[in-house]
Amino acid sequence: MTQLALVIDLNVCVGCHACVTSCKEWNTSGSAGYMSDDRPYGADPTGTFFNRVQTFECGEFPNTETVHFPKSCLHCEDPPCVPVCPTGASYKRPEDGIVLVDYDLCIGCKYCSWACPYGMREIDEHQKVMKKCTLCVDRIYDESLPEERRQPACVLACPTSARLFGDVHDPESSVSIAIRESGGYALMPEWGTKPANHYLPRRKTRLKIHEDELVRADNPLKKEGKLPKPKITDPSLDDVTSW
Amino acid sequence: MHPAFSVVLLTTLIGAGQGLFLALFTAQSYAAVELLPAQDTRFYALGSLIALALLIGGLIASFFHLGHPERAWRSATRWRTSWLSREVIVLPAMIGAVFMYGLVHWLKWDLSVFGIQTNVSGDLTLIIGAGGALFAFALFLCTGMIYACIKFLQEWASWLTVVNYTLFGTASGFLLATAYAAYLAPGLVKFYAAWTVIITAAVFITRAASLIRNARLKPKSTLQTAIGVRHQRIAQKSQGFMGGSFNTREFFHGVKPVLFKSIKWVFLTLVFPVPIFLLWAGLSLHAHGLEQNAYAFSAAFAAQYLGLLAERWFFFAQANHPQNLYYQTVS
Repeated sequence: MTQLALVIDLNVCVGCHACVTSCKEWNTSGSAGYMSDDRPYGADPTGTFFNRVQTFECGEFPNTETVHFPKSCLHCEDPPCVPVCPTGASYKRPEDGIVLVDYDLCIGCKYCSWACPYGMREIDEHQKVMKKCTLCVDRIYDESLPEERRQPACVLACPTSARLFGDVHDPESSVSIAIRESGGYALMPEWGTKPANHYLPRRKTRLKIHEDELVRADNPLKKEGKLPKPKITDPSLDDVTSW
Repeated sequence: MHPAFSVVLLTTLIGAGQGLFLALFTAQSYAAVELLPAQDTRFYALGSLIALALLIGGLIASFFHLGHPERAWRSATRWRTSWLSREVIVLPAMIGAVFMYGLVHWLKWDLSVFGIQTNVSGDLTLIIGAGGALFAFALFLCTGMIYACIKFLQEWASWLTVVNYTLFGTASGFLLATAYAAYLAPGLVKFYAAWTVIITAAVFITRAASLIRNARLKPKSTLQTAIGVRHQRIAQKSQGFMGGSFNTREFFHGVKPVLFKSIKWVFLTLVFPVPIFLLWAGLSLHAHGLEQNAYAFSAAFAAQYLGLLAERWFFFAQANHPQNLYYQTVS
């Protein structure tokens, strides 16, 4: 069983929106048709996007931390959007676990978008069908591309390599190792959707120095210098005496 | 959630249609065992026509919330998993049953299938009616479950949703039947009015229960679980775009809190006390043998239907989708 997914490292995401623009660029030019925009330069622009980068702030000034949070379809292993679809347009591919919409079957009833707790689906206001991240299904299998380019557009665009792509069911894949060893977590685990995409938490490298490590506890006279060498006849303890 | 007017119209119209059909069939069943006076076939045929108009009206309204209505037929395919698909199958089946029920009455097909001697002519209509009643309850179940099955819309994810849909539809149907009977079958007015009061009282209890339940709900999803950062103070600084999107339009009702709260009181007034008062007024006029009682019953139905539109709007608007956690600040 293969389950392709993204692993997004919040520790290195700088919130540059390169994944957002490259996603839009790739997917609006694809064979599945454009992703419509309205009033792109007007007062109230709106449009269809598969990927967004949001920004959150934790804490209160001055002790704050900014979290840039890229948000796209999580390709849940138990996707709640799929069984509710009345036409079968919304489906999960058994071969690689990608959740897709068949634009030719979709009736645009929006029920699947209600059934996604993450709000990852958007209706295209002009084509009137539900759209969502395809994990760039039209490029990851494209054999006309060199192998290292067969990755989702957002992954290739990321300047800090905050986005990893691979099979989360293969325990030795880079994404599985990242999830396992860097504390990868799923969003809203309370609904049991088992998202395939994981996020890596923000990590801090802190040097822990205790006070007694700054001051030599065995130097009561505060005299710096070499310790007096005990006599060879004195009782000794391993690692304490020096000969 | 943002209430789509077409869905508000669909659920209230078919609810009244199902309720009216159940009222017609109830009267016929009672007449079959001689608990009520048997009615002219015209009464059932015309009543079925009204129920049919309501059901088809709802069906037409439902097309307006589809992006591709021409593909609507495809929505009958996933009945194994989707309550919406099940509703798409049961609604036409219900319409077919009501049509057949009305047609057999209209043509006065005095066909006896089992040969049971009852007060009503033939038992074919009773069998079709029983099937129609089964479809009516199945349709209430499907409509309610469409909303109740989405577990993270906590305001909806309750058995009360299905019960409320069933009882609201039945109450408005029986009220409509009261008004209808005032014109064609005065002997049934008291029977229908009594059931209307009973069902309206029942739905008052279950709707109040769901309002109390919703007021006490604690959202399971928080900003902490939404982005996976365990911090007590998280504030969104940017949702990633300055304009609107599907996510900012579809999942929030978009009216001011004052209006939102007042709509609750509007529906609580229009659905419960106003029709009951008008029903009482109509019954008093009916007791005095005054012709005007039909107007009072019709006004009661009109008031309750308007109230049900408000109730359905409030039902949708009250549901708080967890995706809204991601869209709290533009920038």
